[in-house]
Amino acid sequence: MIFSEKHELVRKLARDFAEKELTKDILDQIEETGEYPKELLEKLGKAGFFGIKTPLKYGGQGSDMLSYVLVMEELARASAVTTIWVSAPNSLGGGPLMLAGTPEQLEKYLTPVATGEKIMAFGLTEPNAGSDAGGTTSTAVRDGDYWILNGRKTFITTAPVADWCIIYAKTDRTQKGSRGISAFIMDMKLPGVSVGKSEHKMGIIGCPTSDIIMEDVRVHKDDMLGEEGKGFSNAMKTLDIGRIGVASMSIGVAQGALDESIRYAKERKQFGRRLADFQAISFMIADMATKLQAAKELVYRAAQLKDTNSPEAGTAASMAKYYATETCNEIAAKAVQIHGGYGYIREYKVERIYRDCRVFTIFEGTSQVQQMVIAGNLLK
Amino acid sequence: MKIIVCAKQVPDTNEVKIDPVKGTLIRDGVPSILNPDDANALEAALEIKDKYPDTTVTIVSMGPPQANYMLRECLAMGADDAYLLSSRAFGGADTCATSTTIAAGIRKIGKYDIIFAGRQAIDGDTAQVGPQTAQRLGIPSVTYVQKIREIKKGSVVVERALEDGYEVIEVKTPCLLTAIKELNEPRYMTVGQIEEAYKKPIATWSEVDVNLAPEDCGLKASPTQVFKSFTPPPKGKGEMLQGTVPEMAAALIAKLTEKHVIK
Repeated sequence: MIFSEKHELVRKLARDFAEKELTKDILDQIEETGEYPKELLEKLGKAGFFGIKTPLKYGGQGSDMLSYVLVMEELARASAVTTIWVSAPNSLGGGPLMLAGTPEQLEKYLTPVATGEKIMAFGLTEPNAGSDAGGTTSTAVRDGDYWILNGRKTFITTAPVADWCIIYAKTDRTQKGSRGISAFIMDMKLPGVSVGKSEHKMGIIGCPTSDIIMEDVRVHKDDMLGEEGKGFSNAMKTLDIGRIGVASMSIGVAQGALDESIRYAKERKQFGRRLADFQAISFMIADMATKLQAAKELVYRAAQLKDTNSPEAGTAASMAKYYATETCNEIAAKAVQIHGGYGYIREYKVERIYRDCRVFTIFEGTSQVQQMVIAGNLLK
Repeated sequence: MKIIVCAKQVPDTNEVKIDPVKGTLIRDGVPSILNPDDANALEAALEIKDKYPDTTVTIVSMGPPQANYMLRECLAMGADDAYLLSSRAFGGADTCATSTTIAAGIRKIGKYDIIFAGRQAIDGDTAQVGPQTAQRLGIPSVTYVQKIREIKKGSVVVERALEDGYEVIEVKTPCLLTAIKELNEPRYMTVGQIEEAYKKPIATWSEVDVNLAPEDCGLKASPTQVFKSFTPPPKGKGEMLQGTVPEMAAALIAKLTEKHVIK
């Protein structure tokens, strides 16, 4: 794809930022401590990365999906966990608000999220409702001006540090499956809200994930998001967009793996030759680069279709997420193989890449869910 | 306050090589960037704007139409407007002709309090265009500014870097200051300002627009011309002398005598 000068400049901004700020020392420190530095989050916010598509009047940058993709790609090339922090306000946190928020809700919640002052989590998944999000069992029962929320959400990104969370709960228990679900903006400090301990994850170290437990939490009726009973559709539309975000992380992380592999293949000598001079290794690199380029084109296309409000955008996003995340895992595995024993050692970047990208084919719709979406659209 | 910043688009010299046969720079495929010292100059202006919000920051540059991209970058960092001096007549300019053109552009922009320029551009390394521009405009200049101490009414107090220290200078405005990298850390663009930068017009001015005759511009008005650029051949390996100190001294004298360095 050929980019406009404007989009090239957005890429340059993110690349310069990644080169200067996401240094090996900082990234090693995050990996070691599990803490993402506050100053780094502030710098990300200052560059406008938390509200890329958010309208100017709500503290955002007023840009588009393609800009979002380019920022995510360039940051992911250096650090996957950084893009989780960036995607949270842009996608799963800000997305449901932008889709269904009233002007008052946008003012109150979207503005601080887009500027990075506050953190909004996305509470859809439950212990028994993952891919089958319609199986939500959390409930909200009306009591005067309030809704009483009960239930448990699981694997919620940023939950331990979030100020608010979008909660999807059943408001009409007579309805089956995905019907009768409504969305709420829940203040995490409300009585009855508690979070579980942070999960020990394989990768994406530096952004905490935990359960959220709701016991008779009273949420004001003004904090219902969108119409009663339309929560599931809000969640699905949010994920439709969110998928492009995960796809863009994948092409960035894969590019990082390819960069490392090329450098290593040129440096490392065995049998008196550089690794790059062995056809087995050089062909692996050729395959990695070719598949990565194909993945990139799918992701850029999905973003462009979204920016032009094409009806094909949903399928394109699923294709991009499916192919880019699977390809990223393949490229990361090859990168470790090229590095040999060193690729299995923490000091080498590909070790982290291999762990970080494993979740890409799982969160925000597994590869199998993407196949369901793609096939469903083709065969309806 | 009104501030003008002089900026130049330069090839990223980390990536540039010299054609050993032709003796010219190989520019193909080399990315063009905002000259690093000019980024410090712009940052200095933007920091004043942060402090005094009624400040306007205007960028002026001379270069080919591609330099627009660099000007958009300056706008995306926070500058208010930008002008590009671009014409065939400006081609082949040395520092003398360049400063004539830049000064003419600044006169056309109008009133200003401070002009910031980078100390020097990484492609030419002359450090002449800034002070020459001040000379042509008849205003004082301070080069190698490492710190801005105070903005007063009618003057600024700055630190000028020296080899082994600095001097504190108070200079009347309007004046021209050239920035070195020690002055500040240039800020990032923001996504929103990139969006805004592409909504703003950038005026392109030719010699006619800035009231210059063609013979006052470019190659024709350049008293100096580059004869040849070359990479100096790498130095040969030194020779280590062996033996006792008197033996080595004797060997050294013999070598130097042989090469007619000493008699």
